[in-house]
Amino acid sequence: MDVILEGLTKAFQLLASFDREVLGIALLSLKVSGLATLFSLLIGLSVGTLVALTSFPGKKILVSVVNTGMGLPPVVVGLFVSIMLWRNGPLGYLELLYTPTAIVIAQTVIATPIVMGVTIGAMQNLPASLRLQILALGATRTQLVWMLIKEARLPLMAGVMAGFGGVISEVGASIMVGGNVRGYTRVLTTATVMETGRGNFDMAIALSVILLLFCFAVNYLLTYIQQRERPR
Amino acid sequence: MTKPQNVLDLKELRVDRGGVTVLDIPSFSLSENEFVSLIGPNGAGKSTLLLSLMGLMKRQSGSVCYRGSTVASSSQWLELRRRTAMVLQDPLLFDSTVFDNVASGLKLRGMGRGEIKKRVASYLERFNLGHMAERSARKLSGGEARRVSLARAFAVEPEVIFFDEPFANLDPPTRQALTEDMDRIIRDRGIAAILVTHDQSEALRMSQRIVVMNGGRIVQQGTPAAVMNHPVNEFVANFVGMETILEGEVKSNHEQQIAVQVAGREVDTVGDERPGAQVYCCIRPENVTVSVSHPDPKTSARNLYPGRVVEVSSMGPFLKLRLDCGFMLTAYVTRESFAKLELCEGKEVYASFKATSVHLIRRRAA
Repeated sequence: MDVILEGLTKAFQLLASFDREVLGIALLSLKVSGLATLFSLLIGLSVGTLVALTSFPGKKILVSVVNTGMGLPPVVVGLFVSIMLWRNGPLGYLELLYTPTAIVIAQTVIATPIVMGVTIGAMQNLPASLRLQILALGATRTQLVWMLIKEARLPLMAGVMAGFGGVISEVGASIMVGGNVRGYTRVLTTATVMETGRGNFDMAIALSVILLLFCFAVNYLLTYIQQRERPR
Repeated sequence: MTKPQNVLDLKELRVDRGGVTVLDIPSFSLSENEFVSLIGPNGAGKSTLLLSLMGLMKRQSGSVCYRGSTVASSSQWLELRRRTAMVLQDPLLFDSTVFDNVASGLKLRGMGRGEIKKRVASYLERFNLGHMAERSARKLSGGEARRVSLARAFAVEPEVIFFDEPFANLDPPTRQALTEDMDRIIRDRGIAAILVTHDQSEALRMSQRIVVMNGGRIVQQGTPAAVMNHPVNEFVANFVGMETILEGEVKSNHEQQIAVQVAGREVDTVGDERPGAQVYCCIRPENVTVSVSHPDPKTSARNLYPGRVVEVSSMGPFLKLRLDCGFMLTAYVTRESFAKLELCEGKEVYASFKATSVHLIRRRAA
């Protein structure tokens, strides 16, 4: 019991004093996962919309692949990105392995199928006649797509939140491609793993509390969005 | 008088779906200020025709001309869609306020903010929606949502408007109120319109032309009276049901006892129509009684006309008689009565029906 109590007390001391190291780790996590979410939004939303609004042979297979990708194990992504970025790998010349950029790349790979899958689902859930109605109102193709995205904005936001929640709390890929370099690629999850291993429970708890706060914020937003009145 | 120019002309339209032709229309047109109703069973191709006229349906062949010029390129179709409007059965409102919904067509056309505000306000007012401009479109009742979707369509001030069963599944008072609002604006602004409906009285009341469709083809088209009284085939006859429809004008109304002038004769009925109103008197064939001698004057049937049988046709268990009483009247009689009264073509008879069995429909002026 003492370990826990002591850990908690010290953890709150670290938080209350705005410990520079803890703060730095938290900010890096936010930055890396925020960027990864942004990129996954750009790719996932555009490709997802295109897939949802067009029909082509093999569409069902593609959608199934994307949906499978929504649950991609982070270690597998970490392995794949590591191989790609390895010194002798295809993208080795970029010298990105063990940099924050590498973590952003890996997390983008994890979050993109989530955003894309949710986008496809949300767009396909809109009534088919809505497209006709918007075109009949005099919309151009671009205006049509924009209005459909606006109509699906709630589930799309939920998808973005889910993507962000997924990458900020994953550890496997971050540690594999980032390397947990102190002050450089150390993020909340990788730091927590390391501090726990060393027996520094106070630090680990402080980091976990911040991570939990992030997750809570994300889930609060999600719940808020989902509990809004459902469209008829 | 020169023939008014057509707003829309459609030629050689064919739409296939899954290898089956679902629409085959050699020609169809809509003239200035004209109100056309499309009627027919489900799957007759009515909605497909509307969508084709707006270029929203993939077609195998066919050309559409708008005011004489062919619509071919996608920018020409966009131009056409920006001069027309469509109201679907499902109101399909956007997830925003009532104001934003009514403004949506104007925003798409790049209209300035100030102008949008003015235009939307005036249309909200016309559809009695002024007080709910800021309300979320998700929180409206079914009738209110239809009202918003109508206001949204009319706000773009279209030259042609298409309605695809806009009032289905609404309670009768709401339906009537909406129909009246719609009819008023269409007349005020001189908009040409096509209405897809299942409601024959709606079609009769509002349209100058009725088009009957079945199996992707136009089976018959003409004035409401022509289509209802002179169906070209059994399908149309069965579909329109109301066999006798007479054009008339209300002569007098004494405490809802109405006398309607029809082809030089008077038909007694009941209703609210004022003298001078142009109406259709609709009489179901099963409500017409036929006798060979002058019937008992004590009968409650207020309408009694001498006439002559001009046509007899079989309708299964009973026979359909076309009677010339100065106007054409259709009656059903059983085979038994037919034999007993020794009826045949050319036979002089008396036709009678009660004032309450005449259904009056106000007629839209041509």
